[in-house]
Amino acid sequence: MSPSRPLVGTLAMALLLGILALDMARSGVPDLFDAPAAIALGSGAAPGGAHCSGS
Amino acid sequence: MFRHRALVLALMLGFTAFAFVMAGPRAGLLVMVGLGFGLVLEGLRFGFAGPWRSIVTDRDGRGMLAQLIAIALVAVVAFPMLAANPAELAPAHAPVGVAMILGAFVFGLAMQLVMGCGSGTLVNAGSGNLVGLIALAGFIGGSFAGTLHLDWWTGLGSLPVASMQSLAGPNAGLALTLAGLALVGGVTLARAAPGKRIPPARLWIAAALIAGLALANLVIAGQPWGIVYGLGLWGAKLAQAGGADLAQTAFWAAEGNATRLSASILTDVTSLTNIGLLLGAFAVMRWRASPGAPAQALTMASYAGVLVAALVLGYSARLAFGCNVGAFFSGISTGSLHGWVWLVAAFGGSMLGIRLRPMILRPLPAREAMA
Repeated sequence: MSPSRPLVGTLAMALLLGILALDMARSGVPDLFDAPAAIALGSGAAPGGAHCSGS
Repeated sequence: MFRHRALVLALMLGFTAFAFVMAGPRAGLLVMVGLGFGLVLEGLRFGFAGPWRSIVTDRDGRGMLAQLIAIALVAVVAFPMLAANPAELAPAHAPVGVAMILGAFVFGLAMQLVMGCGSGTLVNAGSGNLVGLIALAGFIGGSFAGTLHLDWWTGLGSLPVASMQSLAGPNAGLALTLAGLALVGGVTLARAAPGKRIPPARLWIAAALIAGLALANLVIAGQPWGIVYGLGLWGAKLAQAGGADLAQTAFWAAEGNATRLSASILTDVTSLTNIGLLLGAFAVMRWRASPGAPAQALTMASYAGVLVAALVLGYSARLAFGCNVGAFFSGISTGSLHGWVWLVAAFGGSMLGIRLRPMILRPLPAREAMA
């Protein structure tokens, strides 16, 4: 019998929370004073994020 | 049911507020965009891998056409927006190369074996499909592993980055892109059986919503929607926590990647939308009056096969400079030539994957499934 959808979905949430908790423990919390503008368009700043198309 | 729905709302609002408070307004907005993707993809059953299979096996072109419509809608807005704001917005352009083509072919093959592409894996896992959860774990590992060897693979040879804009300019480039999409749409219509050509209202709405969310992603993040980088970053963080010294690797020693590796996941654009997407799919599943029957149970060998295929899926996505989202959807809609090459190579791989699918995905015999 395959496990129920709620159980598997909850496991996926647990995996996500585990990664977030581990990351927070190792990387700390972001510096809010260093946070980018809410919206990139019109901010005057170059996009700083990474994308799958970049090497 | 009311309690489930209240929990679902609390989860979505709570995480959005968490990202907003911890990492700033852009992070909160990107989680909302990701949630939107998850709600639409799962709620309106808009996908990538499934329609690519349906057009081949059932001569059903409706899902494929919906994808093309969504890409065209994004392109019509994104091309002029990118041309007018080159300092603030970046397209999803990547070079065409040997590894990129091979990676796209293998990705197309593997996505049929794990029943989902990049976004599909997140949606399947969030909506409670065990194959999706196993595939997500494999994808994270595979996309991280791909970063370790990317230099070697790209060294096999690649062309300079080319785009519709660089070949024909923004206006003619957009016209070329729309013509290309119309051509693929025409081939799809020709292949599709009568009654399976025109998308139902659900898919028209989904295509428009996905296009709107993709444009919101571009405007808020300054870059198009992507999946793979975020999952590779999660894998790198897990490997680092396990003691791996990634400073010795070319990819993670590079300036931007090293910064993201040391910073919080909540500052990474694709991680934020991936998290939202996973949460959104989970929310739809829990919101429904019935979460649906469990996915078909498979043999243990099949689950092992799914894990291996997912590792390959993630690895090949890294080599191909993106999955269905980053390369196909975002690449083509922002003018990248590699998106078109990706489409051809991945579709070829997908056709082979459809043939291999029955050998990997073997249902558990009914007697054992009941036990």
